[in-house]
Amino acid sequence: MDAKTPMFPSAYDLKAPAGAEGWDELYPYYLKFQPSLREKEDQKFWFCDSQHWPNPFKPFDTMTVEFAVKCLGQYNTRHYLVPPANGVDYRIHNGYVYMSPIGVDPELIGDRVPQFMERAGHYFQNWPTLLENWHKKVKANIDEMEAIEFEKLPDVVPLEWVKDGVGLDNTTALTENYDRMIQLIYRTWQYHFEFLNLGYAAYLDFFGFMKEQFPTIPDQAIAKMVQGHDSDLFRPDDELKKLARLAVELGVADALKSGSVDEALAVVGAQENGAKWVAAWEEAKDPWFNYTTGNGFYSTDKYWNENLDIPLGYLRDYIVRVQAGETIERPMDALRSERDRITSEYQEMMTPEAAEAFQGKLGLARVVYPYVEDHNFYIEHWSMGVFWKKMRSLSKMLHEEGFWPTEDGMFYLNRNEVRDVIFDYGNAWATGGDWAGPTHWPQEIDRRRGIIDALATQAPQPALNNPPEVITEPFTIMLWGITSDSIKNWTGGDDDSSDLNGMAASPGAVEGLARVIRSPDLLSEIQQGEILVAPVTAPSWAPVFGKIQATVTDIGGMMSHAAIVCREYGLPAVTGTGTASSKIKTGDRIRVDGNTGKVTILS
Amino acid sequence: MSAFTLPFNRIGTADHARVGGKCASLGEMTQAGVAVPSGFAVTTDAYLAMLEGTGLRGEIEAQLEHTDFSDVASLERSAQAIQIRFRSHNLPAEVDAAIRSDYAAMGDDFPVAVRSSATAEDLPDASFAGQQDSYLWVVGADAVIAHVRDCWASLFTARAMNYREDHKLGQIDVLMSVAVQKMVNAQTAGVAMTIDPLNGDRTRIVIDASYGLGELVVSGIVTPDNFTVEKILMEIIDRKISDKHVELIPDVAAATTVEREVDAERRTAQCLTDAQVIAVAKLAKLLERQNKCPQDVEWAFDADLPDGEDLVALQSRPETVWSQKVAETPKAGFATGMMGMVGALNNPVGSKK
Repeated sequence: MDAKTPMFPSAYDLKAPAGAEGWDELYPYYLKFQPSLREKEDQKFWFCDSQHWPNPFKPFDTMTVEFAVKCLGQYNTRHYLVPPANGVDYRIHNGYVYMSPIGVDPELIGDRVPQFMERAGHYFQNWPTLLENWHKKVKANIDEMEAIEFEKLPDVVPLEWVKDGVGLDNTTALTENYDRMIQLIYRTWQYHFEFLNLGYAAYLDFFGFMKEQFPTIPDQAIAKMVQGHDSDLFRPDDELKKLARLAVELGVADALKSGSVDEALAVVGAQENGAKWVAAWEEAKDPWFNYTTGNGFYSTDKYWNENLDIPLGYLRDYIVRVQAGETIERPMDALRSERDRITSEYQEMMTPEAAEAFQGKLGLARVVYPYVEDHNFYIEHWSMGVFWKKMRSLSKMLHEEGFWPTEDGMFYLNRNEVRDVIFDYGNAWATGGDWAGPTHWPQEIDRRRGIIDALATQAPQPALNNPPEVITEPFTIMLWGITSDSIKNWTGGDDDSSDLNGMAASPGAVEGLARVIRSPDLLSEIQQGEILVAPVTAPSWAPVFGKIQATVTDIGGMMSHAAIVCREYGLPAVTGTGTASSKIKTGDRIRVDGNTGKVTILS
Repeated sequence: MSAFTLPFNRIGTADHARVGGKCASLGEMTQAGVAVPSGFAVTTDAYLAMLEGTGLRGEIEAQLEHTDFSDVASLERSAQAIQIRFRSHNLPAEVDAAIRSDYAAMGDDFPVAVRSSATAEDLPDASFAGQQDSYLWVVGADAVIAHVRDCWASLFTARAMNYREDHKLGQIDVLMSVAVQKMVNAQTAGVAMTIDPLNGDRTRIVIDASYGLGELVVSGIVTPDNFTVEKILMEIIDRKISDKHVELIPDVAAATTVEREVDAERRTAQCLTDAQVIAVAKLAKLLERQNKCPQDVEWAFDADLPDGEDLVALQSRPETVWSQKVAETPKAGFATGMMGMVGALNNPVGSKK
């Protein structure tokens, strides 16, 4: 390659697809590649984070990347002073987000070490108590969000308020509640990273140690040594399995098999043991049905407790399998004994000094690792589920008040514009005039919808400009799985090859028919024994993991959710192939080798 | 039961000196529950009885007196002469009877391999290997006895004699045991090392495999399929499928083995199923555990045995190259706790190229 020709294009040369003109006005100025900064921006390497944000942002949803990535950065840069790494810079271009880690000036790294040791050291030393407190903080936020309601403004201020001399009107709570929701979710995202960066750091230390001891050890072997705990992330799926077993035991399984959710529950409730089952179902819902089929980052995410047909569908599959005599539970004992076997066999190959260091690092990695999985339930699923539910109710209320023609109109506004709308609403309510929104927003939302639909017709570039000689930023490696090698995969090579290379994320090798799934709404198409091929998967796809033989994704590293779920479910997985979901077609016969990271299209 | 023969399943630790390395290993494997082809050792007592009971020792000593080890032609002449002396004597009657009796117990006209099992335990096995003979597909008691004698005689090839001379070993002091073992009807066979021979990586098992008997793999006549298995996860992480043009198979009528061209379809196909690769790797790993050091294992899939029980170990010996290298000087200690983490963050592993 010509040294002057960058490996990936410049953002400044990437035109928006037809129909997406004006897209840049939908996003905040600080997230755009500013024309005046071209020289500087083109010097940096940017990779697309389509692992978390595979679809173009609606303006409101942009908040998710802003809060998440800002909060990731603050812990590296300002809380713990991670010696070599500040945060991750990010831009939105043509609707997708591109990231660029910010390193620390090598001369300053040394000065940060003592501070990192004191600050991060405090967390490692007090992990359980701090984590207990974390759960309280997160739950308090959830409770506060749950309590917030967005009600239409009444015709008149309540009489009691007048009599009590409150001196305020109903718009006050409306504006304050909106602001409070944004503040609460902003706090929640700070909590999200309070432990995560440290979890990755400890894991990276353990990982690096193992690679030094055994240079060829598969990444997945290292991952297996820390997994096998009862993760809250898989609890929703486990609850469905328990409910399926209970339904069979109580003899109400067949009654559950047909009809809508309400119909099925009514039929079951009328049966002899039905009330007991319905009670168990109700109990499982809180909190475990605060679970999205997406990843928590989109206002369109579907949560189980608002779409009970989704968990019921999975439950029905499980009932059929229980009745067929299958074991549907995850093999936890087998996973744990496998973990222990792997751990002790590697340790046997070490010198006593190395074995001692190994025990220390493994011990810490096992203490911190559960957070890496568990947090996902509490933040992305539960907290975000409540947040989106409340935001959708606000959007619906404003739709009913005439601001936009569809219930989801609000999400085409950014979070500051929503504030304006709430003021507009209260303002006209106060003046007795007409609010301006209903004449302004419908056509504007239409225009924006057109832009976003147009953006979605064009896939993002995997990266922009030239990668550095070596990737050193620790979180980029762990979280996004971006290494000098994986970048090579993105450049594709020859398109005719029937082989795809990715990360060997979960061991085992199988052959089978591919099922390409581009949206969680299509998950029900998956047939028993197929191989799931997707741009990216979410943990909440777990209920289909009992049906499939293996998983292949375009995006994701060793710690991506697809990789974690596959290892927990004992299925082979290849992640980060770059192009599997477009190269492979549903019905293709493919071979997936989770040991070597190779996927072959056989026919 | 005489002192002259010993079935593999009765070889105890105390017997190792009189059955030689190969038989001792077969005995250990048998007793550890590893499937090996059944058989028996003809002990060094039998060899000594041959030397003493037939006058052979005197004849050899006389011949050695006339040998000029610095003269290749003289050495070669002596070697030939001694081997002819071996073949001119029948085995002592008790030895002959013991071998016939143990052989008869295996079955009628039972095909066996007759292999030498040297006792020079202090010699690096690798350099001594191949200097004694191995006879495949031997059928009938007379032929077995003749080949036992051939094995003994093979101690006196010019090469072996020269080796002993160079290493100041007494020419008659190195004793020879012989293994008489069920002939494996090998569908596929090869070797497995529980350490990567290229770099000493102990997390890997490297398997070479080809069709027929393993001799062509060991001797390098065919380029075998090569598999790398991760030892702990027991997963195949690399495979190189080769063109295996020839295989060594039995010629039952002639009671010997023949090289045969492999047909076009099979030669470039993977010769083991993945499940078989893993079975071989598990066998090698088990042998490494039993022997507490990396092993070099010869194995075969025997077509005469039922599926799932058809994998047999033919030999297991310590790997010598890497095992003898003392592990590189251990690091001056490991960064642990927070300092370890600082190190890991500053030099994340993925950044090393």
